Amino acid sequence: MRYIRPLSIEDAVGQLAGAAGPAAILAGGSDLLVRMKGGFVEPELIIDIKSIAGLRDISETADGFSIGAAVPCAVLGENAALKKAWPGVVEAAKLIGSKQVQGRCTIVGNLCNASPAADSVPALVAAGAKAVVVGPSGKRTIAVETVPTAPGRTSLAKGEIIEAILLGKRAPRSSDAYLRFIPRTEMDIAVVSAGVNLTLDEAGVVTAARVAIGAAAPTVLLVEEGAEALVGRKLDEAALERLAKVCAGACRPIDDKRGTIEFRRKVAGVLARRAAMTAYARAGGK
Amino acid sequence: MNFDPRFSGRKFASVGTRPIRPDGVDKVTGRARYGADFNMAGQLVGRVLRSPHAHAKIRKIDTSKAEALAGVKAVITAADLPDLTDGDAAMYDILDNCLARTKALYDGHAVAAVAAVDAHTARQALKLIEVDYEVLPHVTDVDEAMAHHAPLINDTVFTEGLEEKPVKPSNVTKRSQFGHGDVHQGFGHADFIVERSFKTEQTHQGYIEPHACVASVSSDGTAELWVCTQGHFVYRQHCAQLLGMEASKLRVTSSEIGGGFGGKTHVWAEPVALALSRKAGRPVKLVMTRDEVFRASGPTSATSIDVKIGARKDGTITAAEATLRYSSGPYAGAWAEVGAMTAFACYKLDNVKTVGYEVLVNRPKTAAYRAPSAPMAAFAVESAVDELAKELGIDPVEFRIRNAAQEGTQSSYGPVYGPIGIGPTLEAAKNHAHMKAPLKKNQGRGMACGFWFNFGGQTCTDLNIGMDGSVSLAVGTVDVGGSRASLSLVAAEELGIDYSQVKAIVADTSSLGYNDMTDGSRGTFSSSMATISAARNAIKTLRERAAQMWDISVDDVAWEQGHAVAKGEKHGNLGKLSLKEIAAQSGKTGGPIAGHSELVADGAGVSFATHICDVEVDPETGATRVIRYTVVQDAGKAVHPTYVEGQYQGGAAQGIGWALNEEYIYGKDGRLQNAGFLDYRIPVCSDLPMIDTQILEIPNPNHPYGVRGVGETSIVPPLAAIANAVSNAAGVRMTHIPMSPPRILAAIEAEREG
Repeated sequence: MRYIRPLSIEDAVGQLAGAAGPAAILAGGSDLLVRMKGGFVEPELIIDIKSIAGLRDISETADGFSIGAAVPCAVLGENAALKKAWPGVVEAAKLIGSKQVQGRCTIVGNLCNASPAADSVPALVAAGAKAVVVGPSGKRTIAVETVPTAPGRTSLAKGEIIEAILLGKRAPRSSDAYLRFIPRTEMDIAVVSAGVNLTLDEAGVVTAARVAIGAAAPTVLLVEEGAEALVGRKLDEAALERLAKVCAGACRPIDDKRGTIEFRRKVAGVLARRAAMTAYARAGGK
Repeated sequence: MNFDPRFSGRKFASVGTRPIRPDGVDKVTGRARYGADFNMAGQLVGRVLRSPHAHAKIRKIDTSKAEALAGVKAVITAADLPDLTDGDAAMYDILDNCLARTKALYDGHAVAAVAAVDAHTARQALKLIEVDYEVLPHVTDVDEAMAHHAPLINDTVFTEGLEEKPVKPSNVTKRSQFGHGDVHQGFGHADFIVERSFKTEQTHQGYIEPHACVASVSSDGTAELWVCTQGHFVYRQHCAQLLGMEASKLRVTSSEIGGGFGGKTHVWAEPVALALSRKAGRPVKLVMTRDEVFRASGPTSATSIDVKIGARKDGTITAAEATLRYSSGPYAGAWAEVGAMTAFACYKLDNVKTVGYEVLVNRPKTAAYRAPSAPMAAFAVESAVDELAKELGIDPVEFRIRNAAQEGTQSSYGPVYGPIGIGPTLEAAKNHAHMKAPLKKNQGRGMACGFWFNFGGQTCTDLNIGMDGSVSLAVGTVDVGGSRASLSLVAAEELGIDYSQVKAIVADTSSLGYNDMTDGSRGTFSSSMATISAARNAIKTLRERAAQMWDISVDDVAWEQGHAVAKGEKHGNLGKLSLKEIAAQSGKTGGPIAGHSELVADGAGVSFATHICDVEVDPETGATRVIRYTVVQDAGKAVHPTYVEGQYQGGAAQGIGWALNEEYIYGKDGRLQNAGFLDYRIPVCSDLPMIDTQILEIPNPNHPYGVRGVGETSIVPPLAAIANAVSNAAGVRMTHIPMSPPRILAAIEAEREG
C-alpha cells in the first residue's frame, strides 16, 4: 500500500488517473479507514487530499458558498454565515456519526460514499447544491443528485475528484431543514430522512421549494411532486397532508434490518411534513 | 476453622462508606491492562476462520496452501484438539464450539485457526484455507425449531423430561416443570383470566471489551494464559481438560475486564490460542473482532412464552401458568428451566405451574446474560399481571402487594422463603414521588417486579499483613463491578483499620486455591464472607502475637478497633498494641502474619426489585424515549453504596436497550445481519435518563454483614416495566421485545384500524 499527499489538485488527479490498482481518496477517513480496518477494501494507493491548497476552506462568493472537499463537518457548524443561510445543510452535516467523527468527516466524502442513508446528501439535494468535479479532461460542475448512482457507486469517471460543493446565494425569506429518523438519539444511521428547502414571498406563500427523501430508494430521491404540493400555498394543513402523501408515495424502500417498507413510507411523510414546518418557520413564515 | 457466617447486626465503621476504588485511577488514565493489553516477546497473531453457513457438514478442510504461506507458523483444525472429554457431554459441546468437528452449526462457528507473524499474513492465510462444505437446511427461530418439519440440528437428541421416552429425535433437548397446587382448579375459581403469548428476540451482553488473550505453551508442557474473563479458575479447568494438561501446569492470570455480564464465563478463543501456541512453539495473541464477538460468543436466548393468570374480583390470584421456550443455540442448555423457576417467584400462589422447553437452533451457543433467563420470563408474567390488574380495576402496585410472596411463602420453584424484600420494594415504590409525578400527552408509566436467586460457591482468599502494618488482600473472584473496593472495606471493617491501609488484588490461579467465577451475583457476597473469615483468622494470630509480646495468656487478649487489648484486672497497666506495632515485631514473634480462608459460601440471599418507568411514544413514528426511571432493590447490606447503585443503574440501562432496540437479526440465509454496534443498538448516553435508585437493606441471615448479591436482579424488571409503560403510552399492549419503532408503529396502526 502506498500513501501520498499531493499539494495540488492536478497532481492528485494525475496520480488517481494513473493508478494501476485500486486507489482511494482520503479526506476525513471516517468511511475509508473503517472499511479498510474491517477488511472490506484493500487499496494499493491512498491519496490524502488534505494538503491541497484551498480544499480546507469555506469561501463566501458573490454566488454563494464554496465548501472545500476536505472541510470537516464540524467546521461547517462554526461558520456563522453558512449556518444562517443554509441551516438545514449544516444541521444534516452535524448529525453524521459522533462529535469525534464530525471533526474528521466531510460532506464530499459523505456524498461519494454513495449511501442512500447519508445524512448530508438529502439536505444538499434539497438545497440544489452543485459539485465541482476536476478530472484528467478538466473541470465541470454538476448537480449533487447526479453523483451517487447506486449504493456505493458514483457517476465520477476514473481520475475524477470532487474539489468543492457550491451552495447558492440566498433569496430573502429562504431557509431549509433536515430531519432523519434513528432509533437512538445519536451515533446512528438514518432509517429514513427528509430535507426541505423553501423560499417564501412577503405574504408567506411558498414561491420555490425542493424536497428530498433519504434511505427510501437506492439513491436519495428528489421529490418534485413534494415541491409542487407546497409552491403557491402557505403551509396549510392540506398542503402538508399532500406533501406527506406524495413523499410516502415516492419512496421505493426495502425491508431490511433497519426498518420495514411500511415504516419507511409512513415516516418519510411524517419527516417531510415536520421538516417543511421547520424550514417555513426559519424562512419567517407564520 | 469455626467460621460463623450468621448475620450479627453489628455497627459499621467502614462498610457503607464510599471511598474511591483502588483500580479507578489506572482505568480513567488508560494505564489499566485489559485483555488485549498483554504482549510477549515473539508473540504471533492468531486468527480464526469461521463458517459462513448456518448449518453445514464439513467434508474436508485443506490447510496446505495456508501452511505454505511465508510467515504462517501454525494452522489448526479440530484434529489439533483431539477429543479428551471422556463422555462429558457438556465439555464435548465446549470443545465442538471452539473448533467445529464434523458440522458447522451456526454462522460464525469456528472451523480452523492460524498463527502468523502479523495480522496481514494471518488474514491472507485464512483466505488460503479451503473448506468443503455440504450446506444443510437450517433453523434459527425458536418456535420454528420446535415444529415437526424443522431441520434437525443434532439427530442424537431425544427430549429429556417427558413422561414417555420419545421415539423420534427432536430439537427440544429437555422439558422441565415446576409448581404446586392444581392450576386447573385454581382457574375455576377465577373471576378474570388473562392469557397471552409473548416473544423476545436474542440479545448480546454488549460488553465493550472483546474477548482477548495471550497464550504461551512452553516446550516442557507448562503454559501461561493472560485473559479477559469472569473466572480464571474455571477457564484454567476447561482449557487444561481440553488440552490434556494438569490444571496446576496452566497458570491463568485475569486481566482487567471491560464488561462481561455473563458472557465471559465460557471459553471460546482460549483453547484455540493455547493449541496454536503449542503447535507454533511461540506465544499467540488472539483478539476477537466485534463481528466475531456478535457471531460467535454467547448471546442470551430468544424466547416464546405463553402466560395465563386468573384472579378473583378481590384481587387474589387463584392460579398462574406459563409455558416457556428458550433457544440455547446448537447445544443443550438449561435456560428455559431457569426461566420456569423464576417466572412467578415474586408471588404467593396456591396453584402455579411452569413448563420449560430447551430448544436447539442454528445460532451461537447461548451463554449467561445477567440474571440469565429471568428478564424474559418477568416480561411475560409482569405484562400479564399488569393487564389483569387493569381488568380488575385495581392499581397495579396494590395488586402486586396483595399477592406478593413473603417470609414463609413456598416459592413457585420449590423452596420456602426466609426474610425477603419483594413486599418492601413494592411499598417503597408505592410511596415513591415518581409514582405521583404527572404525565404529559403521549406519555405512559409502567412498573414491574423482578427476582433473582443469587449464588455463593467456592471461594479462597488470602490476607497478608506486611511488617509495616499494611494489608494485602488476594482474592480469586474477578473484579467486575468494584469488588476490590468493597472487599477492602470489609477487611478494614473486620481488622478495625482504615480502608487506605488495605490493598486488594485479584490473584492468579497458581497463587490461590480454586474460586468459582464472578457470576450469579456472588463476587462480593462470597469473597466478603471469605475475607471476613481470613481477617478473623489473622486476628487470632495477631492476638497470639500480642499475648507473646506481653507474655500473658491469649485468652486475656481481645481485638478492639485495630488494637490488641489486654483484658482482666491483673493486666490493667498494659497499654493497647496496634496492628502496626504487632506487625513490626512479627519477625521476632513467629514470622509473617496472615489469615487464610477456604469456604463454600452458602446461603446467598434471594433478591427482589421493583422498577418504575415513564416513557414518551411518538405516535407518528413509534419512537420511544425513556424520560424517568427508578430502581428500588434490596441489597441486604450495601458494602459500597456507590457500586451498588452502579449495579442498579447498569442493569436498568441494559434492560432499556433490550426492551427498545437490541436484537439479533437473521436473514433467510441464516446469517446474522447486524454483527456490529451500528445496527445492534445498545443505548448511548443520550438515550438514557438519570436512573434513580433506592437501596433497601433487608439483611441476609446467612451473611455476617447481611450482604446479598446485587448485580443481576436489576436487569429482571426493565423489559416488563418498559413494556407496561409503552403499552400505556401507545394505548396498545406490546407483546414482542424489542419494542423497536417499526413494531410500535405497526401496533398503533393495527389498533387504530381495529
